[in-house]
Amino acid sequence: MSTLEVSPADSLPGQSIHPVVNDFSIQVATVNGSGSQTANSVLMRAIFQMGIPVSGKNMFPSNIAGLPTWFTIRASKHGYIGRRKEVDILVAMNPETAREDVEKLNAGAVVIYDAPLKLNEVRSDVHFFPVPFDKLVAPVCPDAKLRKLVRNMIYDGVVARLLSIEMDEVHVALGKQFGKKKAKAAELNWGAAKAGYEFALKTFTEGVPYRVERMNATAGKIIIDGNAACALGSMFAGVTVVTWYPITPSSSLVESLIGYMHRCRHDPETGKATYAIVQAEDELASIGMALGAGWAGARAMTATAGPGISLMSEFVGLGYYSEIPTVIFNVERVGPSTGLPTRTQQGDILSTALLSHGDTRHPLFFPCSPEECFSMAIEAFDFAEKFQTPIFVMTDLDLGMNNWMADAFAYPEKPIARGKVLDAADLDKLGGFARYQDVDGDGVGYRTLPGTNHPAAAYFTRGSGHNEKAQYTEREDDYINNMDRLAHKFEVMRQFVPEPVVTVPENAKIGFVAFGTSDYAVRESCDQLRDEHGIAASYLRLRAYPFTQTLLDFIQRHERVYVVEQNRDAQMLGLMRLEFEPEILAKLRSLRYYGGLPLDARTVTDEIIRQEGK
Amino acid sequence: MSTTVTPPPKKVNHIGLEVVQYKGSRTTLCAGCGHNSISERIVEAFYDLGINPYTVAKFSGIGCSSKSPAYFLGHSHGFNGVHGRMPAIATGALLANHTLLGVGVSGDGDTASIGLGQFMHLVRRNVPMIYIIENNGVYGLTKGQFSATADIGSTLKTGIANDLPPFDCCALALKWGATFVARSFSGDKRQLQAIMKTAVAHRGLSVIDVISPCVTFNDHVGSTKSYSYMKEHEEVLQELDFVPYFEDISVEIPEGEVRDVQLHDGSHLRIRKLARDFDPADRFQALQALEESEAKGEVLTGVLYLNTNKPTFLDLLNLTPEPVATLPESKVRPTKAVLDSLMDELR
Repeated sequence: MSTLEVSPADSLPGQSIHPVVNDFSIQVATVNGSGSQTANSVLMRAIFQMGIPVSGKNMFPSNIAGLPTWFTIRASKHGYIGRRKEVDILVAMNPETAREDVEKLNAGAVVIYDAPLKLNEVRSDVHFFPVPFDKLVAPVCPDAKLRKLVRNMIYDGVVARLLSIEMDEVHVALGKQFGKKKAKAAELNWGAAKAGYEFALKTFTEGVPYRVERMNATAGKIIIDGNAACALGSMFAGVTVVTWYPITPSSSLVESLIGYMHRCRHDPETGKATYAIVQAEDELASIGMALGAGWAGARAMTATAGPGISLMSEFVGLGYYSEIPTVIFNVERVGPSTGLPTRTQQGDILSTALLSHGDTRHPLFFPCSPEECFSMAIEAFDFAEKFQTPIFVMTDLDLGMNNWMADAFAYPEKPIARGKVLDAADLDKLGGFARYQDVDGDGVGYRTLPGTNHPAAAYFTRGSGHNEKAQYTEREDDYINNMDRLAHKFEVMRQFVPEPVVTVPENAKIGFVAFGTSDYAVRESCDQLRDEHGIAASYLRLRAYPFTQTLLDFIQRHERVYVVEQNRDAQMLGLMRLEFEPEILAKLRSLRYYGGLPLDARTVTDEIIRQEGK
Repeated sequence: MSTTVTPPPKKVNHIGLEVVQYKGSRTTLCAGCGHNSISERIVEAFYDLGINPYTVAKFSGIGCSSKSPAYFLGHSHGFNGVHGRMPAIATGALLANHTLLGVGVSGDGDTASIGLGQFMHLVRRNVPMIYIIENNGVYGLTKGQFSATADIGSTLKTGIANDLPPFDCCALALKWGATFVARSFSGDKRQLQAIMKTAVAHRGLSVIDVISPCVTFNDHVGSTKSYSYMKEHEEVLQELDFVPYFEDISVEIPEGEVRDVQLHDGSHLRIRKLARDFDPADRFQALQALEESEAKGEVLTGVLYLNTNKPTFLDLLNLTPEPVATLPESKVRPTKAVLDSLMDELR
């Protein structure tokens, strides 16, 4: 019987009188494949359940097992959930990296480590807490084969004790993590967590300068990764055909979707599927199938990352030119080529916007959060069908694969809009139609679906030159008419893409333009600039390409505008260069980070100070 | 009393459509091109069988062959995609609407070179559609380069000899899962028509490799895909007789001589053996026969394999009876209660 007294935890005797409350980061250094993900998720969730804004970022290798991996948990009472460079508490479990990990810490940091690593020899200006993990795990996990997986849970208990995280919440988080079906595994892990807690309680008399205290900032919120959020959005958008090929970091998007669709999209009476999901032989096939399905009237999608986008290039040009709706999720990773497959970047902006040979332009949506992954996925399906074109939802590894705190998703208010599709009754009234005729002035023609029972329904889709009636042509005037209509259609899209989110404080002379996951660093940097340097900075968060007038207005009202992006070549700025006048471009500056980690606020702030010459 | 002469009734098929309703636009291929004969056979087959054109979707890749879907079934939707990637488009369209009858036309370049991967995966999935390879051993649109089905030792017009062995698309289809595999010759009207009709009636992937001479780039001495070569080297496996489901089939079948295979739609294919004993339900025998005839320099034509029992790719997906493409919102957007409960799980 356990004598462990669980929460609320007492302060440790040596704890400093003014500990930093709810504002710290924990880094857990482990070996890939050692089951640390569970321990890390539980720790993050326990803090979340105590009402403190929290984020978790997994930095992992492109490897199945054996290489170093780091997980960072940031708790922030201010609600900053972007990456923070500084590590306050290190949990050093990986002998390969432990010494280097300790050397990188700032003085005063806390190190919890596997006792045999003897890290206390490395330096004397940090707080060391050795834990004999192997000794502790043996009694709580009699099955030696399972010890490797359970061992990590011990540090959850140690951290909980040192930071005053309530053990009740650790228990609840464990239950959540394992679910009812794996209650036994949860119990085993709970034993390990308690062993860690008890050990820390008995052993460590010195306190740490950080502490968790209950807040009420996470009530009603959920924890979800961006890929799962995109998957949910797709399901509620009414997706019917999903064709894909596995690639990091997009695989879990479709894998989540398979799980959700299996649960929620079978006819309750017949058990039949209202969708088809097919793992294709490659990205050439996955996009080809998605286009074939979109052509035949399905709400079709695929998901991929950079190398897949490159492979899809030819087909996407066909989709643009023959005007077929499909939604492509591009969960960006670090390129070029294979690049760093498990690191994050916004490196496909230019190549995706202009993907394929000839004059092509594609609409891009840029969600920055799980909420937007969900809502923009829904919007993207409507948009693709409204404009009869491939559309890209651009996320990245950071958003897609990391767990984020988010508001519960709002049920879509608008009914599904399928765009301009003529059925047999319409054709009876009209007598016929010309597939690529701009009847309404918006550049979008009317289409029919194969299987429409009407002698005037059929038309011939091709990637070769075609006239309004979809007939083959090589005539100069037909070609130009068609290409001009496509350009006009792209112009019309500007009125329908999601508008940027703009914040303009008083007296702001400079502004930021950023998109996607740079949002967290930029918002935090705006506060740093204000609080530390007295600089007021405006912020426009782009949510789509093509750009809208709002972006132009924003640039015009500021002296200098910094375009923040996570790539080397200022790709978003490059897209602006393609269309803005020189006096607008003269105001634009570039701020880039492309090292493969999520962007952090300090990097942004330091770079602004450098460029502003302050 | 009226003196007007009623015009003779228009000739229609059993669903009341005239043959003109199965035709496409005028061909732009060369006069005498084998592909045009194949288009004609498609028109005849679909007219004779009374297939409603609106239920058909046509697919092709890139090349001379791939242009031809514009020249038949003008009342059917068509999709001329990218080089070698027609199988993906066709698969996607059939996922969206599994009630469509898919007809794909490809060439030897489109199928056996750039498209080999997609072709093999279409075969492996047994996607229920007709896949016609208009095989002339040469790239026509780019003016006469060898394709991957050109026989070893055959020559281009320029005299250059091919030093690599050919892919036999029928052998590939046999090995990896197509359920109807046939080879024909664009000049053999009767055989090709029976094969085409069998493909329409079959539920599963039909791979039809049709030797279809290119009169401009590959009809010379030294070519093994020319009209004259086929006349001399075609080895016809069987005599085929297709009896559609809507016709009387009470005629007695002679014992031993003729195999009668009932197809998915109730039609029958009667296969009368010629020189050799050949069981079209035996994949291994078919592969062996192909190897043997290749060694002898013969081109074996006829029904190589027919399996009417294997489930198709679409059968495996457990789809609703209505096409998923046009399901109403109530079927494809779960309710707010579903979203709320999913959100609760994530709290």
